Amino acid sequence: MRGLATLVQAGFLLLPSAVMAEEKKGMPQLDFANPLTLSQVVWLAIIFFTLYLLLSRWALPQVGAVLEARASRIAGDLDAAKSAKAKADAAVAELKAATAKAHAEAQASVSTAVDAAKAEAAVQATAANAQLDAQLAAAEQRIAAARAAAMGALRDVALTTTVDVVARLTGAAVSQQNIEQAVDRALAARAA
Amino acid sequence: MAAEGSIDALGQFQLETSLGALGASVHFTQSNLMMLIAAGLILGLLYFGMRPKAIVPGRLQALAELAYDGVHGMCVDQIGHEGKKFFPFIFTLFTFILLGNLLGLLPFSFTYTSHIAVTFALALTVIVLVTVVALSIHGLHFFSYFFPAGAPKLLAPLIIPVEIISYLSRPVSLSIRLFANMVAGHVMFEVFASFIVMMAAAGSFGMLGAVGPLALNVVLVGFELLVAFLQAYVFSILTCIYLHDAVHLH
Repeated sequence: MRGLATLVQAGFLLLPSAVMAEEKKGMPQLDFANPLTLSQVVWLAIIFFTLYLLLSRWALPQVGAVLEARASRIAGDLDAAKSAKAKADAAVAELKAATAKAHAEAQASVSTAVDAAKAEAAVQATAANAQLDAQLAAAEQRIAAARAAAMGALRDVALTTTVDVVARLTGAAVSQQNIEQAVDRALAARAA
Repeated sequence: MAAEGSIDALGQFQLETSLGALGASVHFTQSNLMMLIAAGLILGLLYFGMRPKAIVPGRLQALAELAYDGVHGMCVDQIGHEGKKFFPFIFTLFTFILLGNLLGLLPFSFTYTSHIAVTFALALTVIVLVTVVALSIHGLHFFSYFFPAGAPKLLAPLIIPVEIISYLSRPVSLSIRLFANMVAGHVMFEVFASFIVMMAAAGSFGMLGAVGPLALNVVLVGFELLVAFLQAYVFSILTCIYLHDAVHLH
């Protein structure tokens, strides 16, 4: 690659050398008999070295300082932006947490209220049931009493009717005890 | 410049003293005057460019920072972290050669990079620096550079001379590359410009035909602008590569 470049340059060099051959003067660059050819190198050394010193000691550090100041300022701004973003994120998280907490609290109080209402309703329902049961039992007792009374009256009616029927049919007086026994037997058989 | 029938393409490279009798007494050439102007422009760019020290740079500051950042990036990319030490030298080298190439494109100026003595002196500085750096970092171990590790011992008589010649030819190729590119461009300018004058002198048809070399020279100016940047870049990036070799030994 470098060899190729040198070859191309050699080709370029042919152009001036063709002119050079015609002129018979040679390239001024290769005229080392001319004291100026080497004196320019001495001045080159002085100028180049001075330029190097001025650049390395004075000019370039200035540029570097400005670039560094900019880089640090950008870094500082980025840091500030990052911390601001972190703060904003924290605030958002706090807000979310507060919302969630409020939500949970509301849910809890709603469910407590619902439970309390349910319990109260259950108590009321039990009380009402008990009252109804009591009334039912009283009514049943009344019915049973009425029934028993009715049944008692029925026996008296059956006794007198039996006495009357037996007296009419037979004309004989039957002992009260026998009649009672017969009526009781018949009633027991019917109830069975 | 162009007499009838002959083209003096090389007269432009003739050295003369400048700055009058004082310059003549110390052999201060017009080449050195251009060097002074180049150095002044570089320092002026950095001084006036960086004077605002603005956070958001203006045009001149942006140019100065671009030059700084470009060369700094080249140093760090090519040499590595140690490249920062050589940054001022590479920056001086790059801007000095670039300004020499660019100033040479101005009419009536002088291209100091078209002198082999100048380019060879610069290349020699580079090679001496590279060798000193390599010796100071690696000591005598530096000489292992001429025999790559892992190469068969049998080939040593072949490899070592080749490596030494390749090492020593670095300043030659470095200096001739820059010198030849600059000379070739300026000779072509002179030749085509002479064609313009010669054809224009040949009558109205020649006047019309002279447009051809004129157009060519216009195109050539653009091309030479590219070459001016490219050669300064090549010179400094090769210096960086040599410095990388010196710091890391392959």
